[in-house]
Amino acid sequence: MTAQPQPAPPEHPDFLWRNPEPRSSYDVVIVGAGGHGLATAYYLAKEHGITDVAVLEKGWLAGGNMARNTTIIRSNYLWDESAAIYEHALKLWEGLPEELDYDFLFSQRGVLNLAHTLQDVREGMRRANANRLNGVDAEWLDPDQVAEVCPILNVSPHTRYPVLGGTFQPRAGIAKHDHVAWALARRADEMGVDLIQGCEVTGFVKDGEKVVGVETNLGRINAGRVGLAAAGHSSVLAERAGVRLPVQSHPLQALVSELHEPVHPTVVMSNHVHVYVSQAHKGELVMGAGVDSYNGYGQRGSFHVIEEQMAAAVELFPIFARAHVLRTWGGIVDVTPDASPIISATPVENLFVNCGWGTGGFKATPAAGLTFAHTIATGEAHALNAPFALDRFTTGALIDEHGAAAVAH
Amino acid sequence: MLLINCPWCGPHNESEYHYGGQAHVPYPDNPAELDDRQWAEYVFYRDNPKGPFAERWMHSHGCRRWFNALRDTVSYEVLATYRLDEPRPEPRVTDPAGEQR
Ligand SMILES: Cc1cc2nc3c(=O)[nH]c(=O)nc-3n(C[C@H](O)[C@H](O)[C@H](O)COP(=O)(O)OP(=O)(O)OC[C@H]3O[C@@H](n4cnc5c(N)ncnc54)[C@H](O)[C@@H]3O)c2cc1C
Ligand SMILES: [Zn+2]
Repeated sequence: MTAQPQPAPPEHPDFLWRNPEPRSSYDVVIVGAGGHGLATAYYLAKEHGITDVAVLEKGWLAGGNMARNTTIIRSNYLWDESAAIYEHALKLWEGLPEELDYDFLFSQRGVLNLAHTLQDVREGMRRANANRLNGVDAEWLDPDQVAEVCPILNVSPHTRYPVLGGTFQPRAGIAKHDHVAWALARRADEMGVDLIQGCEVTGFVKDGEKVVGVETNLGRINAGRVGLAAAGHSSVLAERAGVRLPVQSHPLQALVSELHEPVHPTVVMSNHVHVYVSQAHKGELVMGAGVDSYNGYGQRGSFHVIEEQMAAAVELFPIFARAHVLRTWGGIVDVTPDASPIISATPVENLFVNCGWGTGGFKATPAAGLTFAHTIATGEAHALNAPFALDRFTTGALIDEHGAAAVAH
Repeated sequence: MLLINCPWCGPHNESEYHYGGQAHVPYPDNPAELDDRQWAEYVFYRDNPKGPFAERWMHSHGCRRWFNALRDTVSYEVLATYRLDEPRPEPRVTDPAGEQR
């Protein structure tokens, strides 16, 4: 397989969304216009006919982690609960460009997760088998097969951490994240949802143990129900409503090179030497690594993380040795003790939370929106998000995805 | 990269240390009396403030001892480091290079 020249990015529609003034009251207020907040609004309108909805965003639409992620989409998670929700998301992704009538360059070029130790090999084989039992496409590849999928990878046995094989999910891939957000925003807007930028939620209006609205820099907005989709800031926000969340916020960074000819045909991730690399449609190499170990809200990461990630990238891809880094940036991700998300009601009536996606929530965007919308609309969990409720930290029914989450945290 | 002052060895690069999360989380006094919710609080729930945060670090490539640090989670400034048997200092103690003791 060799890399094909990429199509030029498609033209955008003339009109994307209105910029209305907030009204004094809505049936549902969503906090955070990232991918998850926008998808939630879209499915509230589409699946439940709830269109009296405002999405409040303190910055600009989809300027948070939605604009910062490395856009990898896959569903090769280990446990049944995760496979179910991420695979549902992947199936939604497969239909979404047509459904939203917006080409966001969803490219199913496959994702390779490399193994460099005997333990990696065993974990990878186990996960590929678990995936297949769950109807997720997954293969175990030996080093020669790895090199066939990605010829620029150095699979020689003489590197410090040789490639001993890898799992491959052919249906996985990447999508243009900003375009995804704009596509969802346009459809939600069309169905009547108010998208309000520059509107920061600073507190909650409560009537006893019930939330009845939010305080913002643009004044009070009453709400029948409130859904939090604030990614890295979820615990700071929930605390203002009197809810403590089991999440810790960490900086996660990524970087891109200048443009290159298409050379990299798939997505390569390595948990062990810790780098993940794909080549974006225009030609830049997009790379990420692990989170900074400490808690932080500074939206920048440590230099030594980049240094280690570059060392790993150059050893795996000798062809990249002279590529230049063009830009680095950081996002703040909220990590849970079991590396799985929380989509749940909270102890405060009418307050719902979607958080804890950590380093991997972009791929889940459509399923996170669909299930969160269901939970907000009906007050009940959807079958897909029932296992991801807050009470699992009390019952002990954790979904430990530290291995399949693929980013060290 | 953070410059962190080990109370025993002085200032060293962040990459010599290992992070240990929130400090001052005491083991429950009467563990047998805790209900599931209280166990969850002890095991899984930690503070996640924007601003000064008391946390544990271990000088893994040096003296291999644990100590506490008060660090601002927005500016990343290490406001103070102190031994485990010392109380949490006031946030105003500021000298990342370690002149405070
Ligand atoms: C560097 C990096 C790389 C990543 N790579 C991948 C990847 O390859 N694949 C993958 O699946 N995932 C990846 N992720 C994770 C993914 O980006 C997140 O899990 C996902 O974007 C979270 O959901 P979201 O899109 O709604 O978050 P965000 O886009 O961050 O949305 C949250 C929004 O809430 C707003 N907000 C916060 N507080 C308030 C307030 N008080 N009032 C109003 N608005 C508020 C924020 O401004 C923000 O716009 C990556 C993340 C980072 C940082
Ligand atoms: Zn020391």
